[in-house]
Amino acid sequence: MTPQFSAQAKQKLDALRQRYPSSQPVVLAALHLAQKEHGDLRDDVLRLVAETLELSYAHVYGVATFYTMFRRTAGGTNTLRVCTNISCMLRGAYDVLGAFEKQLGLRVGQANADFTLVEEECIAACANAPAVVCGTRYFLDVTPEQVAGIVAELKAEPHPESEVV
Amino acid sequence: MPADRNTRLVTRNFGNERARQIGSYEEAGGYQALRKALAMQPADIVAEVKASNLRGRGGAGFPTGVKWGFLPKGAPNVHLVCNADESEPGTCKDRELIYWDPHLLIEGMVMSAYALGAVHNYIYIRGEMMREVVVLERAVAEAYERGYLGANVLGSGFRCELTVHRGAGAYICGEETALLNSLEGKRGWPRLKPPFPAVKGLFGEPTIVNNVETLMNVPFIIADGGPRFAELGVGRSGGTRIVCVSGHVNKPGVYELPMTITFRQLIDEVCGGMWKGRAVKGVIPGGSSMPPLDADELDVPVEFDALMTDVRIKPVEVGRGTFFDMGGGKQLRTMAGSGGIVVFDEQTDVVALCWRIMAFYHHESCGQCTPCREGTGWLEKICKRMVDGQGRAGDIDLLASIAVGIAGNTICPLGEAAAWPMLGFLTKFRGDFEARLRRAQESHARPAPGAAAAVAGRPQ
Ligand SMILES: Cc1cc2nc3c(=O)[nH]c(=O)nc-3n(C[C@H](O)[C@H](O)[C@H](O)COP(=O)(O)O)c2cc1C
Ligand code: SF4
Ligand code: FES
Repeated sequence: MTPQFSAQAKQKLDALRQRYPSSQPVVLAALHLAQKEHGDLRDDVLRLVAETLELSYAHVYGVATFYTMFRRTAGGTNTLRVCTNISCMLRGAYDVLGAFEKQLGLRVGQANADFTLVEEECIAACANAPAVVCGTRYFLDVTPEQVAGIVAELKAEPHPESEVV
Repeated sequence: MPADRNTRLVTRNFGNERARQIGSYEEAGGYQALRKALAMQPADIVAEVKASNLRGRGGAGFPTGVKWGFLPKGAPNVHLVCNADESEPGTCKDRELIYWDPHLLIEGMVMSAYALGAVHNYIYIRGEMMREVVVLERAVAEAYERGYLGANVLGSGFRCELTVHRGAGAYICGEETALLNSLEGKRGWPRLKPPFPAVKGLFGEPTIVNNVETLMNVPFIIADGGPRFAELGVGRSGGTRIVCVSGHVNKPGVYELPMTITFRQLIDEVCGGMWKGRAVKGVIPGGSSMPPLDADELDVPVEFDALMTDVRIKPVEVGRGTFFDMGGGKQLRTMAGSGGIVVFDEQTDVVALCWRIMAFYHHESCGQCTPCREGTGWLEKICKRMVDGQGRAGDIDLLASIAVGIAGNTICPLGEAAAWPMLGFLTKFRGDFEARLRRAQESHARPAPGAAAAVAGRPQ
């Protein structure tokens, strides 16, 4: 079946369209919405975005593959973004990342049903390093010992990124 | 009177959970400066901002009033775009500013837009800042409801539209022309300048791009006057300075402080000294793209001009005794950048730290320019082999020559953002790099890549 946008998403895109002189600037929002409703940005989902905004498939493909938040294959409910950039590295971020890998049984970049584990660049929480973000939820001054608790919390109460679009 | 350590222009609502609601913001005097601004002539607002010595807080420290003056006179379709893409490693102020005080940003934007004659305006916010997107969208909706935004702002006849535009993960979109391309729904590729955005920016129309903190200072300038703001600062830098202190201090944090505070005072008196009783090895003064200071250079203030010109800061070398030329014989010391101050202690492996910085810029290079795309990759790779104990004779000179080959030869300043710290680390901490090489040569027969995991984290 060819993927479609929900009525709600269509409404949201129509409203956004009014904020710009053409439909092209809506493409990031449309891709966020498409990823929310279809889980990832497979070829036919990109085609849906292109048709909805009357843009070329090539353009939409080019945009979708430039930005790191868009994914072309399925991911977990939660996207755990663990910063390992300098401020976090200086305070033990790689140990935290290692603890997440162990706890989840995933390597960086891998996903299971509940989690996608991402090694993230600076997430602008450097004064509370090491920092981890999952959707709207920040985990600050994280130690490896806290990792099991964080995973349990997010399993019980997920914070999918798609909540925000 | 200059600012003191208790002066709060933009961080006064930090920690106040109610401040982000429009009712509380208004009760505390919010949007009064906007009323005052709307009764002024736009040109007079620009004049106040010029008189204030407000300098851009996004990285370059460019005088805001001067930038505003670059708009062609009488241009019909002008845009104001707020750069809320904050992602320079070590920088964490804009995210907090938005979270605690979104209406101060909106108020600053509306009055700035009025001064510039800008109708369709945007806040480009980093995609990963999801909590802040929610806060900002709610605040914008409130401002529309109360008539601070919309077809006729507070009955003044001025139309001001504001749209929160969410990014999707790309550091380069903080660079203003990449940001504009991203806002137009394209890949975030920087544009060649000129033309500058003030002449040909968003949708091909004149556009002013300003940082979050920059715009949040404008309400104060209108309320208390440009000269008062100038007086809070020093020399050509008006107002306070927000610094984001991270790394090996006892109390990392986001602090609003006088421009004149020195790094040593900042570490010892504001941040509770170094952790574990250790000594400072060095400090990155303004986000990871800025050359570091060593432990002997900490008595300079955090102010913009001081970091560029203070002779107590040794100039960056390209080789022993030869200095990096910024053009016209001007030497590169360092810059105040984004206010991201990263402090590292005496036990820090600076080669690993430098590798992590190069890995970042390599990952974030947009790939348009060969020197940046390939050069950052080589800087990362060579630093990594040094970290892994597999450095080769000549690697230090090779790093320097690659960095020199990048700087000045690219479309946007991301190239310099990698080259400058590379050269800066080699200048200030050359001994650490040499020691790494010596050790690698001594243990030539038995490379130990496992050692890298212990210092840098993970083997790749
Ligand atoms: C690679 C790169 C990344 C940048 N990232 C940001 C950023 O995240 N936020 C920001 O305000 N400015 C950033 N800048 C600076 C902007 O290009 C621009 O100078 C700034 O937003 C102008 O605002 P200001 O004059 O108020 O500082 C970046 C520049 C470069 C070269
Ligand atoms: S310098 Fe790097 S990031 Fe900037 S345009 Fe060139 S390749 Fe892209
Ligand atoms: S370096 Fe990790 S949040 Fe900034």
